[in-house]
Amino acid sequence: MIDAFLVRAALAGLGVALATGPLGAFVVWRRMAYFGDATSHAAVLGVALALGTGVPVFGGTLAVALLMALAVSILASRGHAMDTTLGVLSHSALALGLVAVSFVTGVRVDLEAFLFGDILAVSWADVALIWGGAAVVAGLVAARWSRLLTMTLSADLAQSAGINPKREGLILTLAMAVVVAVALKVVGALLIAALLIIPSAAARLISRSPEQMATLSSVIAALAVIAGLGASWTWDTPAGPSIVVSAGAVFLILQLRPKGAKV
Amino acid sequence: MSAPLLSTRDLTVQFEGLPVLQNVSLDIARGEIVTVVGPNGSGKSTLLKALLGTVPPESGSVQRAPAISIGYVPQKLALDASLPISVARFLSLPKRQSAARIAAQLDRVGVAGLQSHPMQGLSGGQFQRVLLARALLMSPDLLILDEATQGLDQPGVARFYRLIEEVRRDMGCAVLMVSHDLHVVMSASDRVICLNGHVCCQGTPHVVRSAPEYRALFGLGTEGTLALYQHEHDHAHDAEGTHIHGPDCAHAKATLEHSHD
Repeated sequence: MIDAFLVRAALAGLGVALATGPLGAFVVWRRMAYFGDATSHAAVLGVALALGTGVPVFGGTLAVALLMALAVSILASRGHAMDTTLGVLSHSALALGLVAVSFVTGVRVDLEAFLFGDILAVSWADVALIWGGAAVVAGLVAARWSRLLTMTLSADLAQSAGINPKREGLILTLAMAVVVAVALKVVGALLIAALLIIPSAAARLISRSPEQMATLSSVIAALAVIAGLGASWTWDTPAGPSIVVSAGAVFLILQLRPKGAKV
Repeated sequence: MSAPLLSTRDLTVQFEGLPVLQNVSLDIARGEIVTVVGPNGSGKSTLLKALLGTVPPESGSVQRAPAISIGYVPQKLALDASLPISVARFLSLPKRQSAARIAAQLDRVGVAGLQSHPMQGLSGGQFQRVLLARALLMSPDLLILDEATQGLDQPGVARFYRLIEEVRRDMGCAVLMVSHDLHVVMSASDRVICLNGHVCCQGTPHVVRSAPEYRALFGLGTEGTLALYQHEHDHAHDAEGTHIHGPDCAHAKATLEHSHD
């Protein structure tokens, strides 16, 4: 008999995989890896503010992640040197969050849970929240797929077809903030970006179309969740990092597969 | 006379406080072929972006006909290697296209059968033609081409211009072509606009085409698809060197010393 907490953990992880697959594909295509880092690091600040003010952690995380994502998007659209700007924002937000958490009194804060995730401790309410958020992101990306893809290829091309590239960019920004808020409990602030990038990078190796890459990315993320939880159960390793290690292993296997092998 | 497809009035665009375009007014009528020429940095790309709406005007206006369909052929497309996409899938952006329509347009632009090729594996010439096919699949009222002949040799340019002529004849769309080649333009152009921050001069390549030198220059191989547009040539030999900004430069006599190759 499988324990209920493992079932909840698996469901939470699979929910996150549903959203990170398609969004991760866009992160890879649009080279937004650092953008994902900045947004997820800001989540730690969101946690601190939420705990300090009594707002639900999910809400606080979502709000701060959204603010960070918007700030980064606006700076990017103004043509700032993004490498440095993102580095400043990302690490400042993380450090500020860590400092702010230390001021939170009265509540015992398990900092490690927010940095590395605490998937084995998710409640049924968390699972529902995760699936709700993941469904919103997956639905949003699916509904606007063609527009988002066109805008990714070229903003001018999109504009010429009557697609507003700024609006589509905003939608990706919003989706990113939701994914960060949703995935925080599962893999933690430090590894959310990994869950966006690694399954997509692995999926790229065996994909021939954008749709296939987004789908396989979710499938690989789901496999990584199951494998990571299994490893965590068997060897008592931390669950969040084990999931990311599993995704990395899939990438490595696909990268090293014999040339010409059909997958 | 019907309203223009696209028109600008006193369009001024600034970039970081510096004017890139100043008081540009132009109209593009249905079915018309307009070539915009100008040196590098003359604001050609900015003009296209302003016409498409990606760059906001500082002042002045851009008017597009209601429900206009624009087929845009960008100068280049930076396709990230991380994005797996076949020619057929690319042609279905942003709107799904039937396999038959895709095949027909690929055939028209001279790259039939490329459907399942990955976009990243195309040669420069094939890529350009696929970009054109995608624009044609939009059933455009206006086809906008940004430096579409860059990297082609003269016979290649001539073939491409003939293709554009055929497209205009068959589909009846207007064509706005931007080129950095100041002197050799598509002979089917109804108008040539010289841009250098503002509209320096406008004219038709017709005057030059009727010049006796014309046949000698472009008579063979290019089958009359190329024409000269005269302006801004060798100022050192031109007593009216300042005429680049004058209204009459299109009507100067063709005395360019082009060599055959």
